[in-house]
Amino acid sequence: MSEITAEQVAHLANLARIALTDEEIGHLTTELGQIMHAVEKVSEVATPDVPPTSHPIPMQNVFRDDVVGTTVLTADEALAGAPESDDSRFKVSAILGEEQ
Amino acid sequence: MSDELIRLSAAALGEKLAAGEVSSVEATRAHLDRIAAVDGAVHAFLHVEGERAIETAAEIDRRRAAGAPLGPLAGVPIAIKDVLVTKGMPSTSGSRILEGWIPPYDATPVTKVREAGMIPLGKTNMDEFAMGSSTEHSAYGPTHNPWDLDRIPGGSGGGSAASVAAFEAPLALGSDTGGSIRQPAHVTGTVGVKPTYGAVSRYGSIALASSLDQIGPVTRTVLDAALLHDVIAGHDPLDSTSIPEAWPSMADAVRRADVSGLRIGVIKELDGEGFQAGVRQRFHESLELLEKNGAEIVEVSAPHFEYSIAAYYLILPAEASSNLAKFDSVRFGLRVTPEGGGTVEQVMSATREAGFGPEVKRRIILGTYALSAGYYDAYYGSAQKVRTLVQRDFDAAFANVDVLASPTAPTTAFKFGEKLADPVSMYLNDIATIPANLAGVPGISLPSGLAPEDGLPVGIQFLAPAREDARLYNVGAALEQLLEARWGGPLLAQAPDLSAHELTATEEGAL
Repeated sequence: MSEITAEQVAHLANLARIALTDEEIGHLTTELGQIMHAVEKVSEVATPDVPPTSHPIPMQNVFRDDVVGTTVLTADEALAGAPESDDSRFKVSAILGEEQ
Repeated sequence: MSDELIRLSAAALGEKLAAGEVSSVEATRAHLDRIAAVDGAVHAFLHVEGERAIETAAEIDRRRAAGAPLGPLAGVPIAIKDVLVTKGMPSTSGSRILEGWIPPYDATPVTKVREAGMIPLGKTNMDEFAMGSSTEHSAYGPTHNPWDLDRIPGGSGGGSAASVAAFEAPLALGSDTGGSIRQPAHVTGTVGVKPTYGAVSRYGSIALASSLDQIGPVTRTVLDAALLHDVIAGHDPLDSTSIPEAWPSMADAVRRADVSGLRIGVIKELDGEGFQAGVRQRFHESLELLEKNGAEIVEVSAPHFEYSIAAYYLILPAEASSNLAKFDSVRFGLRVTPEGGGTVEQVMSATREAGFGPEVKRRIILGTYALSAGYYDAYYGSAQKVRTLVQRDFDAAFANVDVLASPTAPTTAFKFGEKLADPVSMYLNDIATIPANLAGVPGISLPSGLAPEDGLPVGIQFLAPAREDARLYNVGAALEQLLEARWGGPLLAQAPDLSAHELTATEEGAL
């Protein structure tokens, strides 16, 4: 399979919202290459006739009535750990930058 | 008196409490004193409840005095892995990004432990977000193995295992995604159980990989694990993957332990190359002992287990990269604003850069890659197929045997730093424990002795079919009894005395 490049790692970091430093991108490019080389082994046995398993124990979706439960948090409790809040809402900085 | 109290099993302490020979306040005080004395050297705890634990214990003592009906573990102190959220107690999952966060609710296993009258002592150290096999990836520094303070206590649940091995707590809660309960048990001479996937609620467990995570007991004896398992297992409507059926008593399985006629399959792929000589020696001695007592030992093959690690290190990062997206600087935890401000996305990126450690970043990037368009089928899709093949190996094996056996991990505890620079070699630690998580089956690790070459603890692992957790307690209890008769007592009685470190810790004013 394909080699991993520093540009790819920088793109992945952007997708994952982690502002990696150039040094970190350098390390990760090497390490990801090594790890991917080790895990590519899966393709040896993953033939088209094998069905995938997403869940260890076969289960069906679970439904409940759409009513307020007994263990819901109050707005104050939900906001208690927020870095910043305003009245009954989480507060964040601007959604759009100047060029947007 | 205090030293005697901390060395009791949870079951024995529970009996003394029920008989009124000791109060929960005394028992809790004894453990807090022990933590104050040795945790400067061991560093099993990230948070200690202190006087609040004494207040909880006093309340249980009052209830007992008033004649309230109490369970077998009421009044017994317990340590809680920091992966579980606890109302009013900091919960960090070993990460800087959650430093100082006090959750507004309890995880279901914590609720159950409180309802059983147990006394939370505090929160135990772990690799950040449970990613690791050594606790070296904790943002708050590593935990030290009580058998040799220069060595790792296993991971990710090294704090829970070390707290129990160092007699700082009679028992603890852990979580096991690829071996994080069983591998620490192996290297610390303790007992750890990963129940069947869905046996214990994951509600309030800070998710690593949702299709693999399972909460379970960390203890010094098989009976204690069974008693705690009976407390925490059971259906929870708050976890949609929770198994609805009722469970038999695991403690009963321990009390009736009998291996006559039990068919034990030895997984040949986990009994050879790559396993330390002393680990294999103690493993085979345990099997001989079981055979002498009526068990039948047969060799079985699990040809796809060798692909487990590869599949695991695709599935886990994929699920983790998605689960860890919630740490976005908005609702809880750290917020770092770039110099001069920035948009919410720039704040998120700066926060995650500052708040996550190197292993967490590595796995998030790996998972993002494995899930990205063009690679999904080759990586994540193939890994899910391997999962099917591993399950088929288990099905074929369990058609012929009642339980499977292997060493829990390839080596005894390694030294700090030994594997830190080589992630792939660190990942190989989990070779024997990962298949159970991929297939959702339960597993136990219990001490099988000390490796002759280094004098460090070795564990033996048993695996059972899904929902047959009671079989683990049966074979585990039988073997524990036979081995302790041979050793003349529990293995931990041979652990080094930490009292030399008590002085150091006190002098340094630690804790």
